[in-house]
Amino acid sequence: MAELTTLEDAGVAPSLNAVRWTGFVTIIIREYSRIVRIWGQTLVPSAVTAILYFVIFGSLIGRRVGQMGGFDYPQFIAPGLIMMSVITNSYGNSVSSFFGAKFGKHIEELLVSPLPNWIIVSGYASGGLLRGLMVGGVVTVVSLIFAHLPVRHLGLVIAAVLLTSMTFSLGGLINAVFAKNFDQVNWIPAFILTPLTYFGGVFYSVSMLPAWARALSHGNPILYMVNAFRYGFLGVSDVSVPSAFLIMVTLAVGLFLTALILMNRGVGIRE
Amino acid sequence: MQALSVRGLTKTYRNGVQALRGVDLDVERGDFFALLGPNGAGKTTLIGIITSLVNKTAGSASVFGYDLDTQLERAKSCIGVVPQELNFNMFESPLTIVINQAGFYGIPRKVARVRAEKYLRQLQLWDKRNSMARGLSGGMKRRLMIARALMHEPRLLVLDEPTAGVDIEIRRSMWEFLNEINASGTTIILTTHYLEEAESLCRNIAIIDNGHIVERDRMSNLLRGLRTETFILNLRDPVHAAPIIAGYALTLLDDHTVEAQVSKEQNLNGLFSQLAASGLEVLSMRNKVNRLEEVFMRLVEHRGTNG
Repeated sequence: MAELTTLEDAGVAPSLNAVRWTGFVTIIIREYSRIVRIWGQTLVPSAVTAILYFVIFGSLIGRRVGQMGGFDYPQFIAPGLIMMSVITNSYGNSVSSFFGAKFGKHIEELLVSPLPNWIIVSGYASGGLLRGLMVGGVVTVVSLIFAHLPVRHLGLVIAAVLLTSMTFSLGGLINAVFAKNFDQVNWIPAFILTPLTYFGGVFYSVSMLPAWARALSHGNPILYMVNAFRYGFLGVSDVSVPSAFLIMVTLAVGLFLTALILMNRGVGIRE
Repeated sequence: MQALSVRGLTKTYRNGVQALRGVDLDVERGDFFALLGPNGAGKTTLIGIITSLVNKTAGSASVFGYDLDTQLERAKSCIGVVPQELNFNMFESPLTIVINQAGFYGIPRKVARVRAEKYLRQLQLWDKRNSMARGLSGGMKRRLMIARALMHEPRLLVLDEPTAGVDIEIRRSMWEFLNEINASGTTIILTTHYLEEAESLCRNIAIIDNGHIVERDRMSNLLRGLRTETFILNLRDPVHAAPIIAGYALTLLDDHTVEAQVSKEQNLNGLFSQLAASGLEVLSMRNKVNRLEEVFMRLVEHRGTNG
């Protein structure tokens, strides 16, 4: 009898797609376990921050601000605050989880496994997405305590939050791929992400800004994300909603491909 | 079909260091194979390339017929790896670590839970299954890495210094366990600095030095090639000078201990009969160094002087 040369010949090899799917789900389960295990670092801080924003900006200062974009100030800032928590947590999850895995060397568990790089990227991005959605859900509940939040276009709300979360989750992953120490993990969130978020129309309408500042703001991708999300709730936006979605899709796809190319080249993970 | 086949494998790191210089190597299926070499010889680089942790510069490798360039996923499915350095999440429990690892190889969680119990029990880790991994002892951490590598029941198990820093009792229980795994059909490639370990476990051996395979043979052939062995003899009664025994070079180490050089052409019967005739009683005897160590040093030193 001829020798069986491969597992397929022997009929005992599981399908590659089955392996990929189980591996993908396992990465997500591991990320979920991590999020829940360190809930004090992952789920609680954004809720506390949101409460403080609503108390200080929404109630105390908001009373003097009056209306913005045709809505009470707490109502106006609520979508932005939710989106802010989604952005920071999606990014934070991927960057800390992936860099932690690099630092502790347990990224090798995945690198030696048969999972292709696109599954590893998708898994970590989905982990960030999961935390973004979990924290976004918590902050939404907090928001509902302080503001009435109508939903005009549920589909747009879901699409905007998924795309934004995925985009920043991938951004965090890329940051972690390049990072060589913990300073480099914190550098981008502190000096780039936070300013972009604060100038991204979370607390104000860009229509209030002088022309030059308004033009400058249109170079900030977070402005589009916040406004697309706000449009889903309130039906108002400072930017073109189709353009906002085009930008979000382009960024998500672009960052996914970038992360994949970096993983394929082994940047930061393979010698 | 070979468990591992490597052809012309080279690796040059960015800093210019040439870790592998055209390595050719075959490991038969079912073998217990030793890959030995001094520090920096290229062992870990070779294993790193086989397990996809290091990108090769040139050459090819296949695992059970699956080419690493064209059928990487299939090839990696066949390999289980126990690396030199601890590389699991210290904040997870052993049970979580092994079940997740099985998932990365496509093993459903239901099956993984059964296997986790099997391997954690076999490696005496079941009682610690829910403890945080960082709280395990050094030996337990090493065994956890072996359990993790076995979760997808690989056809090729690669062990890079698996018993480093482990006490002798645990080391011997790990040898026993690895022998059982090998007897069940798993091909094992072992690198180790404990040459006694390689000699007692492995049937075939390759010695790598300076990025080249300098020897590849059956362990028994290699040991037969030893020209001289050095034995330490413990004597019952004290002596004040090394005994003069025709044909054998004896050196006095202390008043109860003598070192004897025995060449391949000689035998121990002759030595013992002459010692007995001289009224010397030998209480015990041991090799001065492990036999494989002698071969290893000869090969590596020979290359050093030629290179």
